[in-house]
Amino acid sequence: MTSIPRRGLLAGAGSALLGLTLAGCDQIGRNPGVRATLARAEGLTMAAQRLILSRTALAREFTPADISPDFRANGSLRPAGTAYRDLVTNNFADWRLEVGGLVERPLSLSLADLRARPARTQITRHDCVEGWSSIGQWTGARLSALLEEAVLKPEARYIVFHCADRLDAFAEGDRGLYYESIDLIDAFHEQTILAYEMNGADLPVKHGAPLRLRVERQLGYKHAKYVIRIEAVESFAHIAGGQGGFWEDRGYEWYAGI
Amino acid sequence: MSDEADRREPLQPRPRIRHSLLVRLTHWINVLVLLVLLGSGLQIFNAHPALYWGHASTFAEPWVAMTAEPKGQGLAGYTQVGGLKVETTGLLGLSDGERRGFPAWATLPSYRSLAEGRRWHFFFAWLFVFNGLAYLAWGLLSGHFRRDLAPKGGELAPRHLWAEIKDHLALRFPHGRYNALQKLAYLAVIFGLLPLMVLSGLGMSPGVNAAWPWTFELFGGRQSARTIHFLSAMAIVAFVLVHLAMVLASGPLRQLQGMITGGETPPPAPGAHP
Repeated sequence: MTSIPRRGLLAGAGSALLGLTLAGCDQIGRNPGVRATLARAEGLTMAAQRLILSRTALAREFTPADISPDFRANGSLRPAGTAYRDLVTNNFADWRLEVGGLVERPLSLSLADLRARPARTQITRHDCVEGWSSIGQWTGARLSALLEEAVLKPEARYIVFHCADRLDAFAEGDRGLYYESIDLIDAFHEQTILAYEMNGADLPVKHGAPLRLRVERQLGYKHAKYVIRIEAVESFAHIAGGQGGFWEDRGYEWYAGI
Repeated sequence: MSDEADRREPLQPRPRIRHSLLVRLTHWINVLVLLVLLGSGLQIFNAHPALYWGHASTFAEPWVAMTAEPKGQGLAGYTQVGGLKVETTGLLGLSDGERRGFPAWATLPSYRSLAEGRRWHFFFAWLFVFNGLAYLAWGLLSGHFRRDLAPKGGELAPRHLWAEIKDHLALRFPHGRYNALQKLAYLAVIFGLLPLMVLSGLGMSPGVNAAWPWTFELFGGRQSARTIHFLSAMAIVAFVLVHLAMVLASGPLRQLQGMITGGETPPPAPGAHP
């Protein structure tokens, strides 16, 4: 019978093809055209989610019993430099949050000012892009109220969050600084807050003290820690790598709802 | 008029194509799509090679974990499933001297890049959905499901199934239509496993979770959805391995040709009922 050698030949050809395919995949993945094509799926995902799903839907809120005792911290765990160290030493008494950019009334707020603004407390699930989840309770100032106070100019389309931590020590200039951005749909969402408390206590340093963003319908890297400045912009193309965030500049999706 | 009739070919039963064009097209697209989804999925898994049940991760107690730990002078790879922990150096936990869940040859890209893995995964996830919808729509409208996949009367009788199991064990495969075991396997994959992959994938999306909480509640939490997503992927791998073994055992060239050109069903044996 010829079928046995034929089978051997087929199996040999198959495994050779597989080897070539695997080696070729990395090569294909480095092609700029392929990268641009693959990245288009993000637009489709965002359009589909925005079209089909309610834009005001609230992320599930959990009970105190669900709070994770082992909530993990990623990214910077303590910003380097004397400026931040001095802030911690002084319990953030000298800390200010600047709200500027395309606003009619720029704001400069202390922690006490923020605590006096409309607040919200929520127990939500934090989903890291790596795949894990932790549940925590957050209390913070509602971003929508702050933006209404500052009064956005009509051309403002995105809110950018500038942070005190340099996550990439080797990147030049502002490219190593952490930052994030969201659109106005998420900025005015009821659960989008600037949290100064976690699990009923002051926000710990490793989780972004004194202030971090909570944007509950997106992945963890959107929840910028150590926020010191909020800027309303028409486009974020001129900021750092131009992709709208520290991780976005390194290939991650700007829309992290998936 | 009678002239015209005389010129016709003598009436013959038209040979039926085994696999229609749409089935062949969606099959091969699916081969590519599932390969990319598997490789990029393992890349994404490698970013946190552990699995949990429930809403949140219990980092100290994963039910599956791949780790690299000191052993002697160097490191060894370990895989823990429940209370069982085995050394898997070279394959899981540690391969080519690198700490990683699955080895480089199994992931897309081969080097560590969660960002690129996600780009591949979501692009091909959309292709998978469009390809699957085309197949489902055609399967319903053309009668493919009813005609070729729905078990016929008597096929599900224990006696018939037992006879088919014996045939399979003896590597006897009747040519022509799908047998009942084959139909059941295909139905389970088409209407069970593949939709479950999509659902458990959506169950991990924080955006979808907010608007449709049932997408994670269905599984008992996002971490459970991630576990089910992983297990379903492994079940699809198992199906594909059996599928390929069956192709090899039942005349691989004829089967391969059938899925490429369409092939023909053999003429019914004399006296056989269709």
